[in-house]
Amino acid sequence: MIEAIFIITLLGMSLGLLLGAASSFFAVEGNPLEAEIEAMLPGSQCGQCGYPGCSPAAAAIANGQADITLCPPGGRSLAQQLAEKLGVSADLSGMEDKEPMIAKIREDLCIGCTKCFKRCPTDAIVGGPKMIHAVISDACTGCEKCFDVCPTECIGMHPLPKTLQNWYWPKPAIAA
Amino acid sequence: MGFADFKLFKIRGGVHPAENKHATAGHPITPVPLADRLFIPLQQHIGAPAEPIVKRGDKVCKGQLLANSQGMISAPVHAPTSGTVIAIGKYPAPHPSGLPVRTIIIEPDGNECWADVTLPYSDPLTLDPDEIATRVAAAGIVGMGGATFPSAVKLNLRKRYKLQQLVINAAECEPYLTCDDQLMREHASEIMQGIAIMMHALQVPEAIVAIEANKPKAIKAMREAARHLSAIKVVSVPVQYPMGSEKHLVQTLTGKETPARALTADIGIVVHNVATAHAVQQCLYHGRPLIDRVVTVTGGAVKNPGNYLTPIGTPVSMLFEIAGGFNEEPSRIIGGGPMMGQPLPDTKVPIVKGSGGILALTAQETAQKTAMPCIRCGSCVTACPCGLLPLEMANRARANDLDGSVKFGLMDCIACGSCAYVCPSHIPLVQYFNFAKGALAEKQRAQHKQEEIRRLTEFRNQRMEAQKQAKRKAMAKRKAEMAAKKAREAEEKSAEAGA
Amino acid sequence: MSASPISGPYTHENSSIRKTMLWVMLALTPATAFGIYQFGLPALWLFVITIAACLLAEAASLYVAGKPIKAYLSDGSAILTGWLLAMTLPPWAPWWIGVVGALLAIVVGKQVFGGIGQNLFNPAMVARVALLISFPLEMTTWNAPHPLFSAGTPNLLDSLRITFDLQTHYDAMSSATILGHVKTELSRGIGLSQIFADSFNPLKLGIGSVSGSLGETSAVLIFAGGLLLLFTRIISWHIPFSMLFAIALLASVFNLIDPERYPPAMYHLLSGATFLGVFFIATDLVTSPVTKAGQLVFGLMCGALVFVIRTWAGYPEGMAFAVMLMNGVTPMIDHYIRPRIYGRTRKGDPISYDEPAEAKND
Repeated sequence: MIEAIFIITLLGMSLGLLLGAASSFFAVEGNPLEAEIEAMLPGSQCGQCGYPGCSPAAAAIANGQADITLCPPGGRSLAQQLAEKLGVSADLSGMEDKEPMIAKIREDLCIGCTKCFKRCPTDAIVGGPKMIHAVISDACTGCEKCFDVCPTECIGMHPLPKTLQNWYWPKPAIAA
Repeated sequence: MGFADFKLFKIRGGVHPAENKHATAGHPITPVPLADRLFIPLQQHIGAPAEPIVKRGDKVCKGQLLANSQGMISAPVHAPTSGTVIAIGKYPAPHPSGLPVRTIIIEPDGNECWADVTLPYSDPLTLDPDEIATRVAAAGIVGMGGATFPSAVKLNLRKRYKLQQLVINAAECEPYLTCDDQLMREHASEIMQGIAIMMHALQVPEAIVAIEANKPKAIKAMREAARHLSAIKVVSVPVQYPMGSEKHLVQTLTGKETPARALTADIGIVVHNVATAHAVQQCLYHGRPLIDRVVTVTGGAVKNPGNYLTPIGTPVSMLFEIAGGFNEEPSRIIGGGPMMGQPLPDTKVPIVKGSGGILALTAQETAQKTAMPCIRCGSCVTACPCGLLPLEMANRARANDLDGSVKFGLMDCIACGSCAYVCPSHIPLVQYFNFAKGALAEKQRAQHKQEEIRRLTEFRNQRMEAQKQAKRKAMAKRKAEMAAKKAREAEEKSAEAGA
Repeated sequence: MSASPISGPYTHENSSIRKTMLWVMLALTPATAFGIYQFGLPALWLFVITIAACLLAEAASLYVAGKPIKAYLSDGSAILTGWLLAMTLPPWAPWWIGVVGALLAIVVGKQVFGGIGQNLFNPAMVARVALLISFPLEMTTWNAPHPLFSAGTPNLLDSLRITFDLQTHYDAMSSATILGHVKTELSRGIGLSQIFADSFNPLKLGIGSVSGSLGETSAVLIFAGGLLLLFTRIISWHIPFSMLFAIALLASVFNLIDPERYPPAMYHLLSGATFLGVFFIATDLVTSPVTKAGQLVFGLMCGALVFVIRTWAGYPEGMAFAVMLMNGVTPMIDHYIRPRIYGRTRKGDPISYDEPAEAKND
């Protein structure tokens, strides 16, 4: 019995040493993952994720500090892509409720102060000084930067309207 | 003409639902009187919606152009009768979502006075094929089997594909519907004229009219009409759903499968519905645009089912009125047949170019039960005419694994409903597939939008950079000027002091 | 219009899970009735107890899972599982064999996987195999037929005593099945010609007046039930035919090689659970492949396994093990054997009708 204990201990120790040596031999330098993740993020630097821009957010995701569901404009499709990239399983349940929102300007309240269009990261707002502004909904990411600065609070966030072009059958309710 | 010895091929799978055509088969086509208001959607076709050229208050004549087609894949819209345009705005579409569509609302004046339809030629077969396609396009003719694809675009396929045959789809494989059947019985010679025009437009040497074997009178009438036309064969095809699917019809007639993601034109065949052929004849021989169609109004809940010649834009409620109303509260109101038809949100929605049938079904007829879990019986696999695995596609769709669903053949699914028809657990398989297809399209739109946003953001950043640079340059220039000016002033001062 | 629209198709074939189950039960009825007649009242009690236990187990599992009990119980699948399980038990087995079997079949074999349609293995076979391994004595104690209304049949009180495992004078009357007998004798080195001389009677085997499990013995009645299922399209011919073919082929080949050691095909086909397994157990919808080609492969391999286990493995009857092993392979069969999609080649690329680059000129 003593022999058995001795042999197994020796085996365990030698294998452990081998693994330790391998982990330092084959360690991966740097993190090319970060650049790849940054390319996947929208790049509009809206800050909704809590990081001061898409690069820091990408770094945080690559280090595992941030959750892959952190980007609201990217939505579920981005979270799924990130999940695939990082090889983790995505818990997207929290993302279900947030619909993509589009900013809309109430023209009767707009004073033409230009504060909003200067902040829009995609130039989705058109208008000039002292002229009424309007949002091009196709270009709007819903980052809410304009919504935050409008002095007359004439910008509202609305969900994307359902039209005949983008309606589709909902998933059938699961029976029992 | 050799119809008796035409070799047919088998199609895989398929189902045999009860035909239920006895209620309306043989019912002569009855014209429907004008409703108080006609609602003409600007989108009754695949492609871009038409753009109105009339405005509120305009008086229009029957057959007058109301809206122009927009772009390559589009169709114009014409007035079904004379009257006044009382509104152009949103009205519920004959679509399961109940969402509105831009609609022109006309109040008929009852005079039915036609717009000018005189033709500058006597024989359409002497026209250039391009001219035929132009006229068909201008008449707003779209696929009347329900797909509503602009027919002129299909007629011009001869420019991009080597075509050998025109197939006229008169299968009418959906239960309940008899509109094409009756049209053939009553207007066979006109249909033949339309077919001849289409053959000329496509520049093909022969045409085959495929009629399911459960329409013997229609077959007889069409063969009679084709007696002296050697290039047009009338063939009786087996009664099997989905024989009316163009890919499967072509396989039955030629044994060739249309390659995936391709058109039947890739194997030299163009398919048109028989009612479309009739519409083409009306356009080329009489100058009439597409302003009415035969609609089968039937179902267990309808008192007097029949085939009704209906002006486009007639509300469905009016059709039910003409058909005697309901003898019991219908469980479902469907536009189209029971297999692939769409539920109508309301009876105030109008008849459009693709409405071949309006069904008011009782609960007994729909036989819908609560869905149970899948028992992997494989009936759906046996029934699928496309060789897919519906149970696996639905499982993946339920788990939101859209790519998995695609791997099992989602994009090859024709949504015929054969699988859901046979499923003993009554699982709404087609709804799973429609959901998955829609979610995929939404994902693609979202991805496209993200790419665009990245492009716009980069562009904006570049613009800001450029602005900054310009500012800096201007600042530097001003600084330099200021410095130079100061230097000059200092010089002058010292020069003055020195003098 | 806030409610979600209801999707088509708006017509349906006259089919449902319950109808399928009812047809299968109808197909089993003649053989079951005959079996109860052959083995008397204890067989009836065991049959009833097994089915009742299955229903209770299912109801309890559904309750725990929070599913609607009435809807799922009324589809008949629990009853059918109990019925099939009872058919494979020794007819005079004590009541607790039926109850434990029912629990194993329903809870472990079906509900734990997620309920109907989710199980990987045939529930009745899971139970049978588990019982066989756990209680080998009770599961291999066979007895000779004591037909109802005959002199030797137990009366009501005795039959209850037998089922509820109390002392009766019937205890000592056990008898081996033909499969068991043949295997034992072969292992003792006795040739088949001698074994069969006094005990192989194909007619008796076919009709079923031999010992065996309840309902397994009358090959003729089971076969008739199987034909009914084929005729009503509840099952397709692929699995039964390929299984029978595989068994018959292997049996005939080996019988030709050495007639003394390997029984002929007829013996294999008529004895034991062959027809029951081929028509009712291997064709279980949930655990068999969904494509016809897959079903053929499944049947062939299953039949081969039955032969192999019967001939060379430790147990005289190989059907339950063969079916369970193949159930495990079914997902792989379903993964690799798929129909060819319309418009595509077998590999999945769109088909092309390109003309060959140059025409041959002669």
